[in-house]
Amino acid sequence: MSAPKYWREIPQRYRFEAARCKKCSKVLFPPRLICPACKSREFEKTRINEKGTVETFTIIRIAPTGFTDEAPYPVGIVDVGDGVRVLCQIADCDPENLKIGMKVRLEFRKIQQEGHAGVINYGYKCVPE
Amino acid sequence: MRDVAVIGVGMNKWGELWEAAIRDLLAESVLLALDDAGIDSVEAMYIGCMSSGLFTHQEHLGSIGPDYSGICPIPGMRVESACASGGAAFRAAYIHVASGMADIVMAAGVEKMTDVDGGGATFALATAADQEYEVYNGVTFPGLYAMMANHHMHKYGTTRDQLSQVAVKNHLNGSKNPLAQFRMKVTPDQVKNSVMVADPLTLLDCSPITDGSAAVILCSMDKAKELTRKRLVKIIGSGHASDTIQLAQREDISSLKSTNMAAKQALEMAGRKISDINFAEVHDCFTIAEIMVIEALGIAPQGKGGKATADGITAIDGKFPVNASGGLKSKGHPVGATGVAQIAEIVKQVRGEADEGRQVKKADIGLAQNMGGSGASSVVHILEGM
Repeated sequence: MSAPKYWREIPQRYRFEAARCKKCSKVLFPPRLICPACKSREFEKTRINEKGTVETFTIIRIAPTGFTDEAPYPVGIVDVGDGVRVLCQIADCDPENLKIGMKVRLEFRKIQQEGHAGVINYGYKCVPE
Repeated sequence: MRDVAVIGVGMNKWGELWEAAIRDLLAESVLLALDDAGIDSVEAMYIGCMSSGLFTHQEHLGSIGPDYSGICPIPGMRVESACASGGAAFRAAYIHVASGMADIVMAAGVEKMTDVDGGGATFALATAADQEYEVYNGVTFPGLYAMMANHHMHKYGTTRDQLSQVAVKNHLNGSKNPLAQFRMKVTPDQVKNSVMVADPLTLLDCSPITDGSAAVILCSMDKAKELTRKRLVKIIGSGHASDTIQLAQREDISSLKSTNMAAKQALEMAGRKISDINFAEVHDCFTIAEIMVIEALGIAPQGKGGKATADGITAIDGKFPVNASGGLKSKGHPVGATGVAQIAEIVKQVRGEADEGRQVKKADIGLAQNMGGSGASSVVHILEGM
């Protein structure tokens, strides 16, 4: 992954930065240039909540390149409130205990590594509360 | 807008076609369609293709299409909307003829997927999802549809067996389609017990990786009446809609709004209700996709798509046959070709030319639904025999 491609997403992946629409208060993650709800183009910086609820999940058993060593691993869509949902891996959780509606918390984690000596890519995963 | 008919269709035998490069793969169906229409050229060509660059390192199909079909110097153009590229190419060709810019235009579709290994194909397909907020976190396409399936099962009580019934039905239809990639019949137990890909979806819940192409020729109605003695098949409705690229940002994870919107547009244009349509070809890239699509189209009520399938409503002899061709599941899914092949199938059915054992009894009006990504774009067309 090129440095700029990784670097420009750091505010979201490391710090959960989002944009709150100044007109209708909708929270956009990642930020956008225009609010899809009210078409306003003015935002203030905010952060998404770190606590949320698993709305759906799966267990990836046939993994894409870069993730094969980790398979099987669970992935879910987490509702963190304010109308924001994020897709992320669910870590530190026995697959048998996964269920829709479970309470989780977003944490800063290693996502993947480019080969044995490559750059480590970070981001967020969720863990059971 | 003037009336437009489809006067020629072609589709090659789909599968792992090691001997065919993308140029010949595409030309094969183009030539079949020209022969079917009884003409030797067209005025322009649209080519649906999702990712020839990643799959074969070959872009610029706008030249390769006309060149290897022997019809240079007509203009060619590639159309891309992920797995809905074929449907989008057909719509572009339709607008081209309906506008009066040209009388005869081809919509072709192609994908050559086996020049890369499984990992390479997975990577190319994943570019249809959000790179930074979905793919980055290790999700795959089966994973995205698996999350829709889990949501649907939790919300509506859709069952493992109902998912399997989609595969069973489509493989039964595909077993009678000599052009299909996987012609074996499958049982519910085989589907359930095949390798788990992303819970709850198994290998037999997923459409395969396929090399293939398809082509159809669109013609203004006036000219079509001069050119063909076959049953004229008129395009009576066209709809196209988008939704958020990220599954997580949809209003509802287990319904397909873009398909619903595209279908509403197409039905309104046709002046018909879904109950007026006789049969459909839909985008069953995964078994859960067909269940959600028939709900979005209104063939089954929201949440009842699984039950409708298990009840046989969508079987070839059911009230509303769906995927008489075998669908993406059995026929194969060369992504850019799929939407065009759906149109070719509708035309064959309306003409009464489908293979023995899979001709829909009453096939006067057919609907084709083609979908990109996890439902982030959808194209719907309705065609009627004159």
